[in-house]
Amino acid sequence: MSAAELQHGQLSAENRRELLTFRLGEEEYGIDILSVQEIRRYEAVTRIANTPEFIKGVINMRGTIVPIVDLRIRFALGNVTYDEFTVVVILNVADRVVGIVVDAVSDVIAIDAEALRPAPEFGAHLDTDYLDGLATVDERMVIIVDIEALITTPELGLIDDASSAA
Amino acid sequence: MSVDLSQFVQAFLEESFEGLDRMESELLGSDILDSAPDEERGGERINTIFRAAHSIKGSAATFGFAAVGEFTHGVETLLDQIRDGRRPLTEEGRALLLEAVDRIRDMLSAARDGTEHDAHGVERTREAIAALLADAPPGPEAAARSAATAAPAPQGAEDAALWRIEFAPHRGLLGTGNDPLRIFAYLRDLGELSVTCDAAELPAVDALAPESCYLRWTLELRGAASEADIREAFEWVAEDCDLAITGAARPEVARADVTPNRAAPPDVTPPDVTPGKPTAAAKPRANDTSVTTRAAAPAAADAAPEATPAAAPAAADEAPVASTTAAPGGADAAAVDRRRKPPVDRRADSSSIRVAVEKIDALVDLVGELVISQAMLETIGGSAEPEDFDAVRVERLRQGLAQLERNMRELQEAVLSVRMIPISFVFSRLPRLVRDLESALAKKVRLVIEGEETELDKGVIEKLVDPLTHIVRNAVDHGIESPAARAAAGKPETGTLKLRARHQGGNIVIDIEDDGAGLDRERLLRKARERGIPVPENPTDRDVWQLIFAPGFSTAEAITDISGRGVGMDVVRQNIESINGRLDIESTAGAGTKLTIRLPLTLAILDGMSVRVGEEIFILPLTAILESLQPRPEQLHSIGGRGRVVRLRGEYLPLVSLSDVFNLPGRSGKAEEGIVVVVESAKDRAALFVDELIAQHQVVIKSLETNYRRVPGISGATIMGDGRVALILDVDALTQIH
Repeated sequence: MSAAELQHGQLSAENRRELLTFRLGEEEYGIDILSVQEIRRYEAVTRIANTPEFIKGVINMRGTIVPIVDLRIRFALGNVTYDEFTVVVILNVADRVVGIVVDAVSDVIAIDAEALRPAPEFGAHLDTDYLDGLATVDERMVIIVDIEALITTPELGLIDDASSAA
Repeated sequence: MSVDLSQFVQAFLEESFEGLDRMESELLGSDILDSAPDEERGGERINTIFRAAHSIKGSAATFGFAAVGEFTHGVETLLDQIRDGRRPLTEEGRALLLEAVDRIRDMLSAARDGTEHDAHGVERTREAIAALLADAPPGPEAAARSAATAAPAPQGAEDAALWRIEFAPHRGLLGTGNDPLRIFAYLRDLGELSVTCDAAELPAVDALAPESCYLRWTLELRGAASEADIREAFEWVAEDCDLAITGAARPEVARADVTPNRAAPPDVTPPDVTPGKPTAAAKPRANDTSVTTRAAAPAAADAAPEATPAAAPAAADEAPVASTTAAPGGADAAAVDRRRKPPVDRRADSSSIRVAVEKIDALVDLVGELVISQAMLETIGGSAEPEDFDAVRVERLRQGLAQLERNMRELQEAVLSVRMIPISFVFSRLPRLVRDLESALAKKVRLVIEGEETELDKGVIEKLVDPLTHIVRNAVDHGIESPAARAAAGKPETGTLKLRARHQGGNIVIDIEDDGAGLDRERLLRKARERGIPVPENPTDRDVWQLIFAPGFSTAEAITDISGRGVGMDVVRQNIESINGRLDIESTAGAGTKLTIRLPLTLAILDGMSVRVGEEIFILPLTAILESLQPRPEQLHSIGGRGRVVRLRGEYLPLVSLSDVFNLPGRSGKAEEGIVVVVESAKDRAALFVDELIAQHQVVIKSLETNYRRVPGISGATIMGDGRVALILDVDALTQIH
C-alpha cells in the first residue's frame, strides 16, 4: 500500500475536510484549513545567505521570526513575481510557524473523503509522498497536499536534521 | 475536602530544593560545629536548618511523599536534639546530615522526574541516623528535664508509657486546612492509640455550621513516643486548639499551648556536660555509619553497596574516590557521566522564579507612569489636525516622546530585573564541592567568595553551574598543590581559592583565582606536541594558556576521578560561549592561575552595532568589537591571491568580507572604500569588512531556530525599528571562516 493510499484510508474515517485552496501557476492546491494561521500580503523579507532560492528569507510577524518559502519556485510553477497581489499563507504545522508564497488564494472548500482519489505515482520527478490525493470540485481538479509532510521534509531544509542540530 | 494538590506539588518541590540548599550551606558554615544553641551565629544556623527540615517534612507528608516525610523525620529529630543543646554537633554528625540532605534531594528529584531513587542508600542513611539517635543517650541535663522528652523514639517495649492527650480544637480548625484524622493517623504510628470522641457540643443539625469543628477528643497513646513527638503531631494546629498532654506513668502535667516544646525550663544546663561521656559513646558508632554511607555516596555506582561494608573502616578518608574508582574497571564514558551528573542536575531547570515584591511593585509603578505619558501624548496630538502643529505643540510632543522613551527604558530594565537572580545561586553550592574535594584529594583549601549578591539573568546562571563547577574542581585538583608541596615551596599549607563576581561595564565578570602552582608552560607545550595540537612559532604565554582549551587536552599526570579526563576545558569554554560569554586565563608559575569569565547581563538583550553590507543590515555584538577603521590601500595585502589580510600596528589580521560570506552584492572589491571592523572572539581576531557602520542599538534577541534552523555565521535575529528583521552575526564562527 503506498503512502498516499494509506493516507486515503485514514481520511475516510472522518467524513468531511475543509480545505483552503490556492493557485500555483495553472494548478489548484488544497491544504487542511486547520493548519492555516493567517493570510497576509507579501512584504520584504530579510534574506538568509547560502540557502536554496525557494527560501526567500525571514519576516517579522508580530515579534516572531518566520521563514518564508516560495512554493512557486520550489515546484517551478507560475510566474515568480512579487507585487501587491502576492499572498503569503502563514501555516502552523509541526509546532512551527512557516509562511508559503502562492500565486493566489482561491477558496475554502469542503470535500467528502469519498471524493478523494489517490494521486498516481509520477516517479522521481514529483514526490507524491506529501500528496494526500486528488479531488474534483466543480469540474476542477484540486491537488490535496499533506502540508505538514511537505514542510517537514528534509529536502526543504526548513528544519535542522538531527545530525546537524548539535 | 478534596482539593487538587497536584497544582502545588511543583511549588512544594521548588521550595524543598531551596530548603535543602539552605540546609547545606548552613551546615557548611565554619562556626556551626560544637556551638551552643545560645551562641549567636551557630545557634541561628542550626535553627535555620531545623526549620528547613521541618517544613520539608511537613509538606512532604501533605503532598503524599510519605518516604520523604518519614526520612526527614529522623533528620529533624536529630536536629531538634542538637538545637536544644542535648547533643553536640560533631564533624561526623555534620557529615551524616549532609548525607541526609543529598538523600532527600535524591528522593525529591526522583519524584519530580518520575525515576527511582536509591532506596538502599536512603535506608542506610536512615539507619545511620536512627543508630545515632538510639546510641548516644542525650545528656543528663535533658533527662532531668523530663524523662519522656528525653527518650528517643525507638527503645525497648519496657519504656512504653501511657500518654493521655486531651485535644480540644477551636471552631475554626478545619478552616485552616488541618484534619484531625491526619494527626490521629500520625499518632497511631507512634504506638497503640485509642480515641474517644466527645460530641457534647455538637448542635442540632439546623444550627450546625458544616465548616466548624464541634468535637473534642481524648486520646490514649501507649508507646515509646516522647512528649515532644506527640506535641509535634499537633504542631501545625498549635494555635487552633487547647491541648493537654498527661504522662500517665508520670503524674506531672505538661499543660501548655503546645508552641514551646523548646521553651526550655530554666534547669537546662548548657552543654559543658555533653562533651564527656555521651559524645565518646556516640563517636565510634557515628563514625562507622557515616563511613558506610559516605562511601556509597555516588549513588549510581552500583558496585558500592556490596563493596563498602567490608571496606568501610579502612576506606574512611578516601571513601568517595575509592568507591568510584573501584567500581568500573574499564571506566567507560557513561559511568563517568553518571558520576559527574548529580551535583550538576540536582538544581537544574526550575521553570518558575521567585521575585522580590519590591521588583513587582516597581513594575506596577512604571506601568502607571507609562499610562500617564500616553495620556499626555494623547492630549497633545490625539485630536489635533495637521495645521494645529505649530512650533509650541511640536515641542511639547517632543517632550512627551522623550518622557515615553525614558519610561520604556526604565520599564525594560525593570522587566529584565525580574529575571535576575543573585549569583549566590551558583556560588552557594561550591563550598560543599570544595569540602568534598578536600577530603577526597587530601588537600587544604580555603574558599573565599566575594560579590555573591551580584545579579545575573536566570538563564545565564543556570548555564553557568556546569562550567563553574568544573573550573573549581580543576583548580582544587590541578591548581592547588598538596600541603607538603606547598610547605616545600614556602607557601602556607592551606591553599586559597577565590571566587569573585562583579559588574564591569555592562558585563558580569567572575574571577576564579587560586594560589597554586600555576600552569607549566613547558609541560603544556610538550603535551601539545605529543597530542599533535598545533602550536604557533614562538608562542606567547597567552597562546600557551589557550592550549588547555583544545579538545582532548589534559595535563594531569594521573587521571583522577575528579578531573583530568581531557573532556574538560574545551567543553567549559563552549558552554560559556554558548551564553555569549568569554573565558580568559592568566597564570604565573608558582603563584597561581586566574580564570576570568565575562558574561552579558542578560540573554534577552544585546548591545549591538548595526552595519550595512549591500542592502542588508546586520547586527554585530558590541562586546566583540575592538575598533573600526577605514583602511588605507597600503594596509591591505593578499596572500596567495585569495585570502586577504589587514596590517594593523604591525599585526596581520585576516580580512573577512561579509558580502562574500553571505553572497551579497557588496563593494567587496575595494576594501579601502568600506569600513573594517576588528572583532575578537575567544579563539581569534579578525577584520570584518562591511560597507557602512550605521548605529549602536540595544536589540532584543530572537531565535531563528524556533521556526527555522541554525544558520552558519548567524547567532540569532532581531527586529529593527522599522519592523524588518536583521540578523545578528556570530563573531566566533566568522573569525573561524578564513
